[in-house]
Amino acid sequence: MSFSPGSLRAPAVLVGVAALACCPALAADGSAGPIPWWAWPALLFAACFVLGIVAVPAGVGGGVLFVPIVGGLFPFHLDFVRGAGLMVALASALAASPGLLQIGLASLRLALPLSLLVGISQIAGAVAGLTLPAAVVQTMLGLSILGIVVLMWKAKTAELPAVEKPDAIATALRLNGVYYDIARARPVEWTVHRTPTGFVTFVFIGLLAGMFGLGAGWANVPALNLMMGAPLKVAAGTSSLILAMSSSAAWVYINQGAMIPIIVVPSVIGMMLGAMVGVRLLRVVSAATLRRLVTTVLLIAGVRALVHGLGTF
Amino acid sequence: MTSGPGMIASPEQRRYAHVLGIGASIGFALLVLSFLVYVLGLRKPLLEPDQLPLYWALPLAQYLRATHAPTGWSWIASIGKGDVLNLVGIVVLAGTPAAACLAVLPAFARRGQFALFAIALLLLVVLVASSANLFGSAH
Repeated sequence: MSFSPGSLRAPAVLVGVAALACCPALAADGSAGPIPWWAWPALLFAACFVLGIVAVPAGVGGGVLFVPIVGGLFPFHLDFVRGAGLMVALASALAASPGLLQIGLASLRLALPLSLLVGISQIAGAVAGLTLPAAVVQTMLGLSILGIVVLMWKAKTAELPAVEKPDAIATALRLNGVYYDIARARPVEWTVHRTPTGFVTFVFIGLLAGMFGLGAGWANVPALNLMMGAPLKVAAGTSSLILAMSSSAAWVYINQGAMIPIIVVPSVIGMMLGAMVGVRLLRVVSAATLRRLVTTVLLIAGVRALVHGLGTF
Repeated sequence: MTSGPGMIASPEQRRYAHVLGIGASIGFALLVLSFLVYVLGLRKPLLEPDQLPLYWALPLAQYLRATHAPTGWSWIASIGKGDVLNLVGIVVLAGTPAAACLAVLPAFARRGQFALFAIALLLLVVLVASSANLFGSAH
């Protein structure tokens, strides 16, 4: 067995992320201690760079990792972490969506009604998140993260789900399309079903995303793929587009003064640069391995958030 | 119907992608530039960076009372301050979905896709209303 730089790089990243999740909070009491102010944005940039490397190839987006991990490791109040989390999710989606739209792997037609529902429910979630006591939000965040872990652990995906007949809403709105599958070297036509159930699910997803600043890629993809029957590639691309289209929760945080540039900007830039490197990581480590790692990290982060929330009651 | 990946997207989808791409590029550029201005101290900030650790652990309401940080669109009055300047890039990124939505409305109307036109219009209203601070919580 030989070790190449590539074979060593993946375990190093995995150890780094595990360390991020496992180590005690650097400043759990909220004070910055003896660490100079400039070290925090530098550390935040480094942490988000590592999260970006892992999150995007694992197919979860950055937002869902950002809030529990940065909220637990850094001295920032959860209000500001959630605001930054929404900007991280929005910025990542804005970067990816134009290309996905151009090649038909994201569907504007499918994303529009879902984004409207997500946009409205995100506002309700964001307002509730900024109004509720921090301990309540922390506890609910912990429970939601643990729910996401169960979903990620159990949910299977179907590359091309069978949709025998589109429902009335899907027919009326023509929620269908075609994309060119390079692996199959042919166009793939698709449509969706169970649209009313999908609509209700996306309202719930929007509430959680707005309340906790999580982004929603973790839920959008299974809802689009397994519930509504969109092909996996279209589900992943349209999930990103829905995140890019529904910036209403970010506006709530902006207007409330909850965007501190020294937190938001290093997070956004670190996550985006990390995502660029993360795509290359897929060459040396499988998506399934990364997904297992991310699930484990989320499990630890979820338990920490829950314990922290319950401990402050 | 199609022979390759380049022929898949509808004209309104391509238009939406185009506007989204332009907005994202401008937003990222502004974000990086304004942050450099801030951390290099080229413009005096409302709140000095070395003072931030005293406040960033506070809940939002206490933070606002302690720092008098701007809320709503009042930040525009302080746009020359190094820290507030960063909000320009953030706002451009957050406003890009609304601009893209507005850009595809005429295309939906021209093609007689009135259901999608109505949904896009409603989404635009929601985004504009949220940017106008109509859904703020009590701080």
